[in-house]
Amino acid sequence: MEYIIEMLNIVKEFPGIRANDDITLQVKKGEIHALLGENGAGKSTLMSVLFGMYKPESGTIKLRGQEVHISGPKMANELGIGMVHQHFKLVHNFTVLQNIILGVETTKNGFLKIDEARKKVMALSEQYGLKVDPDALISDITVGMQQRVEILKMLYRDNEILIFDEPTAVLTPQEIDELMTIMKGLAAEGKSIVFITHKLEEIKRVADRCTVLRRGKSIGTVNVADVTIEQMSEMMVGRKVILHVEKAQMDAGKPVLEVKNLTIRSERAKKNKVNNLSLEVREGEIVCIAGVDGNGQSELIYAISGLVPVNEGQIILKGEDITNKSIRYRNVHGLSHIPEDRHKLGLVLDYSLAENLILMEYFEPRFQKGGFLRNNEIIKHANKLIEQFDIRSSEGYKTRVRSMSGGNQQKAIAARELSRDPDLLLAVQPTRGLDVGAIEYMHKQIVRARDNGKAVLVVSFELSEVMRLADRILVMFEGEIVANVRPSEVTENELGLYMAGAKRGDAG
Amino acid sequence: MMSKKDNKGFRIPDLTRVAGPISSIGAIVVGLIIGLIILLIANPSKALEGFGWIIGGSLQSPKDIGNVLYYATPIIMTGLSVAFAFRTSLFNIGASGQFIMGAVGAVIVGVHGKFLGSFQWVAALLASMVFGALWALIPGILKAFYNVNEVISFIMTNYIGMYLANILVRETVYHKLTNRSLPVAATANIPKMGMDKLFPESMANGGFIIAVLIAILVYILLNKTTFGFELKACGFNKDASRYAGINAKKNIVLSLLIAGALAGIGGGLLYLAGSGKYIYVEDVLAAEGFTGISVALLGMSHPIGTLFAGLFIAYITVGGSYMQLAGFVPEIIDIITATIIYFAAFALILRSVLQRFRFRKAGDKS
Repeated sequence: MEYIIEMLNIVKEFPGIRANDDITLQVKKGEIHALLGENGAGKSTLMSVLFGMYKPESGTIKLRGQEVHISGPKMANELGIGMVHQHFKLVHNFTVLQNIILGVETTKNGFLKIDEARKKVMALSEQYGLKVDPDALISDITVGMQQRVEILKMLYRDNEILIFDEPTAVLTPQEIDELMTIMKGLAAEGKSIVFITHKLEEIKRVADRCTVLRRGKSIGTVNVADVTIEQMSEMMVGRKVILHVEKAQMDAGKPVLEVKNLTIRSERAKKNKVNNLSLEVREGEIVCIAGVDGNGQSELIYAISGLVPVNEGQIILKGEDITNKSIRYRNVHGLSHIPEDRHKLGLVLDYSLAENLILMEYFEPRFQKGGFLRNNEIIKHANKLIEQFDIRSSEGYKTRVRSMSGGNQQKAIAARELSRDPDLLLAVQPTRGLDVGAIEYMHKQIVRARDNGKAVLVVSFELSEVMRLADRILVMFEGEIVANVRPSEVTENELGLYMAGAKRGDAG
Repeated sequence: MMSKKDNKGFRIPDLTRVAGPISSIGAIVVGLIIGLIILLIANPSKALEGFGWIIGGSLQSPKDIGNVLYYATPIIMTGLSVAFAFRTSLFNIGASGQFIMGAVGAVIVGVHGKFLGSFQWVAALLASMVFGALWALIPGILKAFYNVNEVISFIMTNYIGMYLANILVRETVYHKLTNRSLPVAATANIPKMGMDKLFPESMANGGFIIAVLIAILVYILLNKTTFGFELKACGFNKDASRYAGINAKKNIVLSLLIAGALAGIGGGLLYLAGSGKYIYVEDVLAAEGFTGISVALLGMSHPIGTLFAGLFIAYITVGGSYMQLAGFVPEIIDIITATIIYFAAFALILRSVLQRFRFRKAGDKS
């Protein structure tokens, strides 16, 4: 079979860095070709080269065997190359149909001829099983449907080569299943797909072949059927990675966190965000809250950390009622929190690494004297954590956190929160957007905290993470806990049913 | 992770560190060039002579230099006021009101506080500080506790401040014949602190030294203390500050209180300068407050940068007044200043572009 698109020996240099160093990517017609690599491996750069946003220093791009010079995204589009971005590019107050035809509207004498467009969109939707409501506003539909709109946008433009940039990062397990089916369908219809990801299970499920990048270099292209997940991860990271979490059996001790009949009302909706919820986390125990995003997990965590007020119920930390205590009080009384949104909550991006590492403790006597910051101590503290937690950055403690990679930003937060020696660690989506190496690292840190007798409460939307990490799993659905199980007693499938609200267990 | 550390070869110079001063200087150069073009249009034969006055007019004699310091003093203070609030991401457009309230406070103590003897000027200056601070406290409380946009309440307090100042002057220190405030006592004037020796015949006085000391103090407060750490954290990222347990409400109020105090001292320093300045009872907002916004922008909201920006604006203002000798109106200086501010604002954008450019090149593509 011939290649539909070939990127041969691409070299792209930035001052000081070879982002793409002699990379070759050849995609066959009708295949799903995975592009695998850690953050910063050069995947995005390679795709930017394909879309003409960067001009490579050397190397050629061939389309159906013909050499082409792509001058920009518009030309790439005309050549039939389309992309679904990780962060969708949709107009939120437009309808689905309007978004799909945006930029390529069919017109007559300057007036829109929307009916023709509608027919074509509906036909495509039918043909590829992409269920959408053409007249719904983007702001009203689910993330999964928004993604289908993005796919329809590509199909509407008659794109033959479809690029999916980390498409599953924002989806629930059920939506991921649907997407996988859609992708297979597209390939069966003769479309060629480039699937950018660092999730190995997904590659194994849908991809035919896989090209692995590491540090700007092409490590090789393999037939997915011929390799194991472990082999692929080794190619990606460059060393053996322990995918399962090594965890010794441990008996939970005294309760550290007790939440009693917690209710948080919603300002707009009638339904409570958190409804009469009780839970307990004990010393030396990792409790994972599973559930689809938006079922009250964030509100629960914010209530425990003090970021949102509690309407009813009690939060008890180490036997002390902290329901109405300030955030600072909780922070200095044994609570650590690795928040979901590291840019919004976890870090002051324009502060240096050293400053971010003392964000929770700058007022402690070891970092200040009479209101003056003790710079030497702050730098010493930063260097210690950088060393201990292997935080990599360009200029050490002086680095602006904004310029660090996502994985290292997360490491910085983990370092700060774990080094405070908390009794209770809250971690929300601790591995979101991280690559395999960093995930392994975060999991190890969490397990270590638990082995040291800390109580750990993790919120995760990824079932595989929940299954690996948890000593006990709580499933949250519509603000309530609908299941309280041990990972050994439950399958992922069953958890999926709890998460969808189709099944209720003993929540006690 | 491809950090620069991994690359032994070429290092990207850290443009962002120097981008601040460079972009400000660039803005100044462009502003001056546009000023020259305007001069050329107005009167080609005298343009270069007029431009020469702008550039060098302030360097003719120690007197001129002294006057630059005198003119710089109040706008450095209002500049510091605006810059300080900026660091907490608050826009103090109310420096004008705080400035005039500070001036009124200083003049009242300056006229009626003769019993204080040689401490009178200190007391008058403290009064200006307190008046300015209290005048900023109202918008501060509205912002912190009722989330009222500070820009709107500041503009309102500017006008209320202006009229209130008129009432206060009329009721307490009014000289009816000239429709202005009474002269302050000699002991209320700020000591010369040797400035009269350095710059004879000029209006320079100890006020400039006080302004420099305050700029340094503000720098220390912002960069060396836990209080500054909190203020800047709130300014950069309100949510993360809350997460870190920082009391944002308290910081908003304190930040504006200090900003108001700085602008108020600016009013005090000007009207206690012993240069024959009086508060006129008229319906005009104090221009120094708005010049302070320009100064803060040009100084990149950095205390020391603000100090130099204030000096520069005063420098071309004094030089520009000599332009009349070449037949030009001194208002051209206002045009040049405005152009510089436009480009300084543009420079801010340029700076963030530079930053992004550099970070992208540094290999972080997330």
